[in-house]
Amino acid sequence: MQTDVKSKIGTFVGVAVILAWCLLPVVWIISLSFKSQEAVTNGSPGFFPSDGGGAGWQNYKDVLDNGQFRHAVFNSIGISLIATLLSVVIATLAAYAIARLDFKGKKFVLTTALVIAMFPVVSLVGPLFDMWRTFHLYDTWPGLIIPYMSFTLPLAIWTLSAFFREIPWEMEQAAQVDGATAWQAFRKVIVPLAAPGVFTAAILTFFFAWNDFVFGISLTSTEKARPIPAALSFFVGQDPFNRPASLLAAGAVVATVPIVVLVLFFQRKIVAGLTAGAVKG
Amino acid sequence: MAAIEMKNIVKKYGDGFPAVNDVSIDVADGEFMILVGPSGCGKSTLLRMIVGLEDITSGDMLIGGDRVNDLAPRDRNLSMVFQNYALYPHLTVYENIAFPLRLAKMSNKEVDEKVRDASKTLDLDEHLQRKPGNLSGGQRQRVAMGRAIVREAKAFLFDEPLSNLDAKLRGQMRTEIARLQKRLGITTVYVTHDQTEAMTLGDRVAVMKRGILQQLATPRELYEQPVNLFVAGFIGSPPMNFLPATVEGDQVTLPFGTFRIPAAKAEKTAGKGLLMAGIRPEHFEDVSVIQGGNVDTAQTFKAHIDVREWLGDQQYAYVPYEAEAKVQDQLKELAREADSDSLRTQLVVSLDSDSKVTEDDDATLFIDTDKMHLFDPSTGDNLTVGL
Repeated sequence: MQTDVKSKIGTFVGVAVILAWCLLPVVWIISLSFKSQEAVTNGSPGFFPSDGGGAGWQNYKDVLDNGQFRHAVFNSIGISLIATLLSVVIATLAAYAIARLDFKGKKFVLTTALVIAMFPVVSLVGPLFDMWRTFHLYDTWPGLIIPYMSFTLPLAIWTLSAFFREIPWEMEQAAQVDGATAWQAFRKVIVPLAAPGVFTAAILTFFFAWNDFVFGISLTSTEKARPIPAALSFFVGQDPFNRPASLLAAGAVVATVPIVVLVLFFQRKIVAGLTAGAVKG
Repeated sequence: MAAIEMKNIVKKYGDGFPAVNDVSIDVADGEFMILVGPSGCGKSTLLRMIVGLEDITSGDMLIGGDRVNDLAPRDRNLSMVFQNYALYPHLTVYENIAFPLRLAKMSNKEVDEKVRDASKTLDLDEHLQRKPGNLSGGQRQRVAMGRAIVREAKAFLFDEPLSNLDAKLRGQMRTEIARLQKRLGITTVYVTHDQTEAMTLGDRVAVMKRGILQQLATPRELYEQPVNLFVAGFIGSPPMNFLPATVEGDQVTLPFGTFRIPAAKAEKTAGKGLLMAGIRPEHFEDVSVIQGGNVDTAQTFKAHIDVREWLGDQQYAYVPYEAEAKVQDQLKELAREADSDSLRTQLVVSLDSDSKVTEDDDATLFIDTDKMHLFDPSTGDNLTVGL
């Protein structure tokens, strides 16, 4: 009993420390977003806004009233969703081929994918900038979707092919004997079974696209395609030497909300996906 | 329903090794055919060629008179039960059974009717809304069979369907499969390595070894008239005893003594040098328990009982003997081919349970040489088939 109580206390303390470590920045940003600009400039070190320093929802209203920011939200959602969708569809088909078929160059495809995943993103920005301007892809949605896809495909392919390998061959063969075409067997049996893997791949891709700053800032120039992270850096306000911190904080919160909702929504699927691929059930 | 004809079927893999070599089997309409053999004998490959999951290298596969070599599995209209059942884990039992019907685009009403019918036959009614993951081994097995019987397939194919079940359940399901097949009267090909299943289920049994068909016959014929050493050793449990033998006139000399054999058998084997005699354990008996007691003393011998296993209805006694190195090697080779191990050269005899023989003691045993087979040790052929 003694050790039981001790280990419970230990667990509680451990959890508290980890939670504080992870959540403090997020909580602080939220706190900041509710303070008025003057209060931040004059110094308002407390967690809760000082007397008269609270801004209520004003910062959020200001952020959402900002046409540029609204455009950025729209761009981010659109670009991330399209990149995710394309990446998952292509990765599913590619991973299935890699897991099931014997073809020449299979190893090559897999290693190339890995190499791409390891390539430093920053080193590509310069060449891409030049290329996109020539191809008229600069400052367009496809101009961002393409690099997002190519950087998330490798991970998606590796995750998914691990999943497909876990699914017994007999499943498909049974489906074919039952009267299914190869495509029907894939769609009705294999894809549903690999759903956790597909979700995992989708979430990882979406994160990458949503959080990206480097491509977002260098391959766009107007609100036509600029995503949220890049847009936030253009929040300068009237005084360039005095950035509107509380407004930025409100923008950051708005940008984080979709991700949090997404994670909570798919939490169980992601966990199942991350473990099921690795360990044979 | 349809007959399945296999004509000179060959399956070669990339390395040129023939997994199935020139096999011809005719399965009559409504017949229950068993493919049996040790692991790696090509029986599963042959089954998968029937259903279309493996390409046929050469030969013809005819189902209902039509050549199906180049047809995809879905166009052959066969149903198959896999060794690991291959149920769809994301679908309920109901949808698993309905799967082939849904693919055939049947109306919901029709699907429901057929699924209910199949589930009633297999006693699955209360499990229809459950997922396969929550079912026991026997229930999963029944779902797999439900999926097979729900549509009007031309034939059923079973790939070692009972090997994942425990011994008791296996016995029950075996009877269940036999009953189902008799009732539906549908052509069935059943692959197994278990000779009990082979003997009890099959109308006819095809014994295979290393891709080659050894013998195709009724279970009784396989047991009583095996065509070669392999079939003789593979069918029967405990296996047939193999002893070095030489025949002179109508006398056969075994390690235990010299006995008279029927004239017809002697005629075919006399003067052929060292042969291999095959005698089943039950063709020996303890002289002291033979009714009437009038036993031809020329057909008895004294043996030293090493170990005795009393099973209630019968008992097995083990009699070790010395054999030449050459004979020992051949016996080892035979045992290896049949997937078993023989550690020492010994005679296994099955005695009446009343017999009072004791371990580590001598007993007088009777040998029924009428039932003895003599094999050519170099080719393995049975020289006394049909005698």
